[in-house]
Amino acid sequence: MFERALSGSNRYWAWIFFLLAVIGVGFLAYMKQLNEGLGITGLSRDVSWGFYIAQFTFLVGVAASAVMLVIPYYLHNFKKFGKIVILGEFLAVSAVTMCMLFILVDMGQPMRVLNVVLHPTLNSVMFWDALVLNGYLFLNIIIGWTTLAADQKQVAPPKWVKPLIYLSIPWAVSIHTVTAFLYAGLPGRHLWLTAIMAARFLASAFAGGPAILVLLALLVRKFSKFDPGQEAIQSLAKIVTYAMCANVFFFLLEVFTAFYSGIPGHAHPLVYLFAGLDGHTKLVPWMWTAAVLAFASIALLVNPSTRQNEGTLKIALVGVIIAAWIDKGMGLVIGGFVPNPFERVTEYAPTMPELAITFGVYAVGLLVLTLLYKVAIGVREENGAVEH
Amino acid sequence: MSMNRRQFLKLASVSTILGVGSATAITSLGRGGLEASQASPDPKALKAKRWGFVVDVGMLKTEEDYQKCIDACHNIHNVPTLKNPKHEIKWIWKDDYEHTFPNMAEDKIMNKELQEKNFLLFCNHCANPACVRVCPTQATFKRKSDGIVMQDMHRCIGCRFCMAACPFGARSFNYVDPRKDNAIKVENKEFPTRMIGVVEKCTACYERLAVGKQPACAEASNGAIVFGDLEDPKSEVRKLMAEKYTIRRKPELGTQPSIYYVIGGGEHV
Amino acid sequence: MYNSGKIIAGLAVFFILAALPFLLNLGKANAKIEPSIKTPEINAMPVKQCVESKEFMRAEHMQLLNDWRDEVVRNGNRIYTSKSNGKQYIISLQNTCMKCHSNKKEFCDKCHNYMAVKPYCWSCHIAPKEEKS
Repeated sequence: MFERALSGSNRYWAWIFFLLAVIGVGFLAYMKQLNEGLGITGLSRDVSWGFYIAQFTFLVGVAASAVMLVIPYYLHNFKKFGKIVILGEFLAVSAVTMCMLFILVDMGQPMRVLNVVLHPTLNSVMFWDALVLNGYLFLNIIIGWTTLAADQKQVAPPKWVKPLIYLSIPWAVSIHTVTAFLYAGLPGRHLWLTAIMAARFLASAFAGGPAILVLLALLVRKFSKFDPGQEAIQSLAKIVTYAMCANVFFFLLEVFTAFYSGIPGHAHPLVYLFAGLDGHTKLVPWMWTAAVLAFASIALLVNPSTRQNEGTLKIALVGVIIAAWIDKGMGLVIGGFVPNPFERVTEYAPTMPELAITFGVYAVGLLVLTLLYKVAIGVREENGAVEH
Repeated sequence: MSMNRRQFLKLASVSTILGVGSATAITSLGRGGLEASQASPDPKALKAKRWGFVVDVGMLKTEEDYQKCIDACHNIHNVPTLKNPKHEIKWIWKDDYEHTFPNMAEDKIMNKELQEKNFLLFCNHCANPACVRVCPTQATFKRKSDGIVMQDMHRCIGCRFCMAACPFGARSFNYVDPRKDNAIKVENKEFPTRMIGVVEKCTACYERLAVGKQPACAEASNGAIVFGDLEDPKSEVRKLMAEKYTIRRKPELGTQPSIYYVIGGGEHV
Repeated sequence: MYNSGKIIAGLAVFFILAALPFLLNLGKANAKIEPSIKTPEINAMPVKQCVESKEFMRAEHMQLLNDWRDEVVRNGNRIYTSKSNGKQYIISLQNTCMKCHSNKKEFCDKCHNYMAVKPYCWSCHIAPKEEKS
């Protein structure tokens, strides 16, 4: 089946080589980081996680969002998602791959990563996160590949996949819950110490992930003969709408508790993010961009006429993705470290090598996604005539 | 016996997994390491159920008094002095009341003298440490024998989860090679340095306790830092705590810090 | 066989390339690597004796150092009782091993370079000061 990824148009190969070039630059930057240490990033004693972990957190959500196709299709027998479930599963594979790479590039001593397995520590959330992420990666590779191979032969998928598919549903929820627990169980970080963190993570995941999926589906329709289907796209758009509303609602709950309780520590990170603290305002424009985009995209999504119009739908989805990326990436991670345990402010901004490494990892993810989608689309194009 | 290619591949893969797996299991079981009788603690070592500190900054009069404690620690542990404050490494340091006790600092009309005091801060060696709870490799762990929160720099993978978890900012990460640019001002040949990519912090001078010496900061403090067994009612630290009013940093978080700060006001100054 | 000429020629080229390192070193005397124990400290010893026998140290020093590391850092045990001579030693790479073996270049590095292993001991532990060799 994989041979489908080895033949393609000139445009396909140009895209592949472009990604390889970006990966190459990222790899060189990573070699520098490996030699000189994480000092080449913008990280500091006070803000000890930054851009890498922000991308990781956002992408775990993208990975988990595949479940928004799996549940309707397999549990509610919603046939319209039948053709595009594979797109969700392969997006999850690509997103989890990036998650793992972001964790790896964030490590000070990546050569020792196997210590996590050699000295398994059940009380560390990081251990469980490694476990569930790896499990989720394998589940999606196995499920996606097997069902696609069955489709290609135009037979029903083997029976043993079904239990795995059902398992993947709670598993998707678990990867994002465990990722939220990385943050929500730390005693001294006010922004993170909140019971609603996992719920917020899932809401923003089920908004951002399907939004990316819809845009990908539209791209697939434009560049290939495979049509994911108007109804499937509109159903996904509705999922994005509900999830985004829940996401914003959950965030406002945080704002209420922080400010109405009047406890200074709880308010400080939010004040820093939206108004600046002690004259430090680096994240303020970003956070307001996220806020405006969130509300604007909800307005476009809630209104049926703008949701059904593909032009405005695209704008709304891009808004959702950017808002979720800022809020859950930079806002959440940096906001957790500001102010520091002494109530002092140290700001953070990624450096050039840090950005190069980040783009490199994203390029790896896009490469995985491109290859897998090429295979999936190839199968779909072939069978398209039969199914319709 | 005949088999087709598919069966052969299945059998081969299963037997490879079994073979490699059991070989690993056997070698790891066989590696007993040292016999128990071969390694033992130094008879000179200081012992306690739970080590702790009482810090009375009223006894530190001048800037130099503070610096003496800091230098005593940083010099023997090869702690580098780095130019970039973002990469700063510190095991023990000085800070004012407002930032040492940020949860109490909103009270601006309290005792002026206390508000203007500087404090010495280092790892609290908490009884219930958040850093130990989160470490994925047990590189940071709590010694069962005496409650010291240790850092195994050989095992640390540099994920910095412990730095996010510590509510006291006690941990530093080696963002740059500490040996570069002559950052280590006084080199102690008896103690290692660190390498890039690992987390470090105060280890309560475990290497000195092992040979019967007090922690370096306590020794250099002229009595301002007293070190002793918090579980022993007859220890010097417990006597001090019975006489004077002491507070801990952020006790509401439940980590149970083992540094007690004397809040004495005028009488000790 | 189709293209047999090309295949055989290709195989021959491959074989020569793969065997090149062996062919080039054929007949050359292989320098025996012997770590030097000629240091003032060891020379001054009446009986030249490490913490364990020479054979044990040759084969097991990496495992012993790993065990030592864990005993000191994780278990708080600083005293090592030798299996071979019953004597007690302070467990310390910097302060016990390297006090006698003050010639890291001739003792550690010589074999490690030959075997192309790069233990990361010296990224943290301070090696003894040596004259340039």
